[in-house]
Amino acid sequence: MMVATLPIELDPAKAIYDEELSARQPWSRIIKKGQILRIIDLLGNQAVDTLFYNADDTSERYSAPDTIVRQGNIFITTGTQLISNEGNVMMTVIHDQCGKHDTLGGACSMESNSVRYGLHKKHLHACVENYLLELSKYEMNKRDLVSNVNFYMNVPVSEDGTLEIVDGISEAGKIIDLRAEMDVMVLISNCPQINNPCNAYNPTPIRLIVWDAVL
Amino acid sequence: MVQASILPNLGAIDPSLILLDEKLPGGAYWHYVIKRGNILRVTDLEGSQGVSMICYNADSPIERLNVADTAKIQFNAFLKKGMVIYSDMGRILFSITEDTSGHHDLICGCSNTASNTAKYGEGSYNKYGESDYNNSRNNFLKALGKRGLTRKDLMPNLNLFSRVAVHPNGDLEYVAGDEKPGSFIDLRAEMNVLVIISNCPHVLHPDTVYKPQPIQLTVWKSSAPAPDDLCRTANEEVIRGFINTDALFAQE
Repeated sequence: MMVATLPIELDPAKAIYDEELSARQPWSRIIKKGQILRIIDLLGNQAVDTLFYNADDTSERYSAPDTIVRQGNIFITTGTQLISNEGNVMMTVIHDQCGKHDTLGGACSMESNSVRYGLHKKHLHACVENYLLELSKYEMNKRDLVSNVNFYMNVPVSEDGTLEIVDGISEAGKIIDLRAEMDVMVLISNCPQINNPCNAYNPTPIRLIVWDAVL
Repeated sequence: MVQASILPNLGAIDPSLILLDEKLPGGAYWHYVIKRGNILRVTDLEGSQGVSMICYNADSPIERLNVADTAKIQFNAFLKKGMVIYSDMGRILFSITEDTSGHHDLICGCSNTASNTAKYGEGSYNKYGESDYNNSRNNFLKALGKRGLTRKDLMPNLNLFSRVAVHPNGDLEYVAGDEKPGSFIDLRAEMNVLVIISNCPHVLHPDTVYKPQPIQLTVWKSSAPAPDDLCRTANEEVIRGFINTDALFAQE
């Protein structure tokens, strides 16, 4: 299948779904094969922690290493195919205005926050908590969590392996468009992290738009 | 002490402390519970093409290896001596108390049927009924099945004895030629750890001939960590990780 490399004209007025997701909130929706999901970083520098499951069999899910190895690169941008643990293409990035999105950093959790920022920071809201609450609607739990995508998050790796979470390269209004290549359950935590620059220390809302398959 | 002759003095283990010592052929898998405080040594006997590994809290396997937390909490995507391996519950599965390889990968995951077929061609079965091209994903699934676990319990793995460079634009490059026969890594269990090892080539290893080499797996009884233990004192993050981990065993 050809991957579009130019911006496609998608009219929000013709969308089948168009909602703002508040800062810190979870979200999920089944995106049917061929439908397009747009994620807009409304105010800039927001991290959007996202996972993907085969809607018909959620034991098939996004695989960070398969996605990385398939394209030979740790970043996600236009043309990247998001690959499942069975080697199938789940989503294709058909348009990206940011340039790169993180595959390595994973999600924040109460437990990792306690280690990273101090034991007294344990009871702050975190992405894994968002994920678990949303997954409960599908009778899923922590067994179903794997390394996720962080859209709009900047995690460079140096030659010696040093890894940093640094200021985002996103800006207000940046968009990424993902086309579903199978029926996909998309799980999002609009990251509540306030302890590092991934959210510019200030979680902000995003906008989610879905279009039906375009010919 | 099978491997004593090829190890530097650094690697000498008192034979009376050894609990298990076995050779794992190329292409094979192994699963075992390492009790808290004991050490697993993985030795590259003949110049490995990579060894894939996953691990769990043996007492509650819903807690498991998290490569993303392991990398970001320690600000490094490559494992080295003095670093630890984090679970997804802010606790520590293993400490890397010794390492003579210096090349371990947290990024690339493992081989599977498709990647092996692409690299080596269609596999078959030899006269012993063994598959030519066992892959790590299938090996993990076999071991998980024997433990009552399924593919829902499989997560991104780490790779021992594998050198992968990340270029500034994000491109990955497997750096071959750094395999050193006799190099080893010592993993001290900080909780009771279910470890699953698949001795298959790294998914990016460029050799198109399938020839995983044998490794030696040695488990021995370690002495209690000293107050200045390298892994337990490396930084504030790891100190907090050990506070979380030791709390699991505080009632024993």
